[in-house]
Amino acid sequence: MSEVTMDGETLHLHGYTDATNVKQVPTRNGFGEGLVEAGLKNKNVLAICADLVESTRMEAFKKACPEQYIEIGVAEQLLVAMAGGLASAGKIPWIASYAMFNPGRSWEQVRTIMALNETNVKIAGAHAGVSVGPDGATHQAVEDIAIMRVIPHMTVVVPCDAIQTKKATLALSEMVGPVYLRFAREKSAIVTTEKTPFEIGKAQTFREGTDVAIVACGILVYNALIAAEELAKDGISARVVNNHTVKPMDTAAIVAAAKDCGAIVTVEEHQIHAGMGSRVAEIVAANHPVPIEFIGVQDRFGQSGDPVELIEHYGMGTTAIVAAAKKAVARKG
Amino acid sequence: MSLSQDALTQLRVKANDVRQGIIRALEAAGSGHSAGSLDMADIFTALYGSVLRHDPNNIEWADRDRLLLSCGHIAPVRYSAMANFGYFPVEELLTLRKFGSRLQGHPERVTLPAVETTSGPLGEGLAQGVGMALAAKLDKKDWRVYVVTSDAEHQCGLHWEAMMTAGKFKLDNLMCIIDRNFIQIDGSTEDIMPLEPLGDKYRSFNWEVFEVDGHDMGAILETIEKAKQVKGKPTVIVANTIPGKGVSYMEGDYTWHGKPPNKEQAETALRELQADRERILANV
Repeated sequence: MSEVTMDGETLHLHGYTDATNVKQVPTRNGFGEGLVEAGLKNKNVLAICADLVESTRMEAFKKACPEQYIEIGVAEQLLVAMAGGLASAGKIPWIASYAMFNPGRSWEQVRTIMALNETNVKIAGAHAGVSVGPDGATHQAVEDIAIMRVIPHMTVVVPCDAIQTKKATLALSEMVGPVYLRFAREKSAIVTTEKTPFEIGKAQTFREGTDVAIVACGILVYNALIAAEELAKDGISARVVNNHTVKPMDTAAIVAAAKDCGAIVTVEEHQIHAGMGSRVAEIVAANHPVPIEFIGVQDRFGQSGDPVELIEHYGMGTTAIVAAAKKAVARKG
Repeated sequence: MSLSQDALTQLRVKANDVRQGIIRALEAAGSGHSAGSLDMADIFTALYGSVLRHDPNNIEWADRDRLLLSCGHIAPVRYSAMANFGYFPVEELLTLRKFGSRLQGHPERVTLPAVETTSGPLGEGLAQGVGMALAAKLDKKDWRVYVVTSDAEHQCGLHWEAMMTAGKFKLDNLMCIIDRNFIQIDGSTEDIMPLEPLGDKYRSFNWEVFEVDGHDMGAILETIEKAKQVKGKPTVIVANTIPGKGVSYMEGDYTWHGKPPNKEQAETALRELQADRERILANV
């Protein structure tokens, strides 16, 4: 796997086909590590916590950079508004809570104080998707990408594994502007390595292919890669694109996928309405229309359960991706 | 700090200029909020004319005091005060709410950076002020944060989150000034959602509370000065104001919350204000 290259540069992917060799680490750990590094590098980087220091993985930052850590209790609108004030005085505040509340509860503050006001606030949305598991629907954010990507000036990033989440945290700390970083609670497969490049706004082709392109984001990129292996056994050559930046999306990579493969499957742990896949569809419809199938939550709410069980139940498992890819290929003129 | 009678008179005249600017701007705009804008003219004049550490020619000055207008709908008073204290020409007030103007219906920082933040959605100013005051504390800077709020926006939950936080962090570099005019769009604040006892609510959140007649220039300046001396606590000044202050037919009438004067009404208002101006000068 490590031979995969993009623009002449090797991607140094971690081997993912041998299930016994796959490391499982929660993406939130990558956020925690990245935040410490960002904070040590720049004392203007702050962490503002809303009573979830352990589960959002801000704990290590609290220890490493105590002067840069602020606890405000259960107040997610305040997270955004106060961070806006700190940012306008030169600080780089990361605000963390569950994605369901941050940005789920604070949408208007995000729009007015962060985006319209152009402040350098970074939202960390933890526990996104149905893979939160037993907590159930109230805590499973599957609409957050939609409400963030629709706001002008926002940057929206959904990294594919813990290593990439760390790189994204560092990169987003250094860019100037309002940001939404989305990650998950459960352990998920590591598919990149320390050497794998990461650039905001640049999608990554993790596997070359010509019959169908599977465009995925977040922890489901791993499922997309496994689905591509399965499809290969049936003689279907599937490209896998890690589309980690939902906004601004890498239009060139999406148009190339449509042109080269003639069919697309989008994969995200989010409502199929208005999320990453919908943005792909907007780009494809405007540039090079091809059949698209959408893998994600089909206009429903989540429920309690085991994470893997829920991913399967809501049609985001490998089998569902394989079926969607075959359907997309069959729809080609 | 106590100002000479001359200086006070000058500020009163300035407040009158600010009111006249508000009337002209609102009449030209054909929409906007009259009552609250007029009733905060004295406070904004006190702030820009005497209280704030600021420089209209250096709006990026890192050590400037920050003035946030939480209730963005009374933008005309801030714009008129800014114009009258050198931020931009007074004639620009006539572009209020018009296409291409920097004077948006509600203040926007990106188009007019000296307003410090974008506001209009209610209940959000104090929380941003808390963030700024905390940044000053973290950086050990001595600039202060002033947040002007309406009374009715105390009905928003976020404002209370911010009050709690200011108390927790003992932000004595933060001052909140409440436009206590008892009106909101639908009527009296005390009918719609009672706020009293408002001062006690702040006290119970570990704030130091002051009250002042929001139209008495000398008292406004004295009270702000007293509030600045408080250590270890954020301060709030409940400024009792008369909505529409300075224009007889608007005073105390909540229906003027969200509408502008028409041409004739504006002429009447300006005539009254001009007479006031002459009275202020004659009393010297």
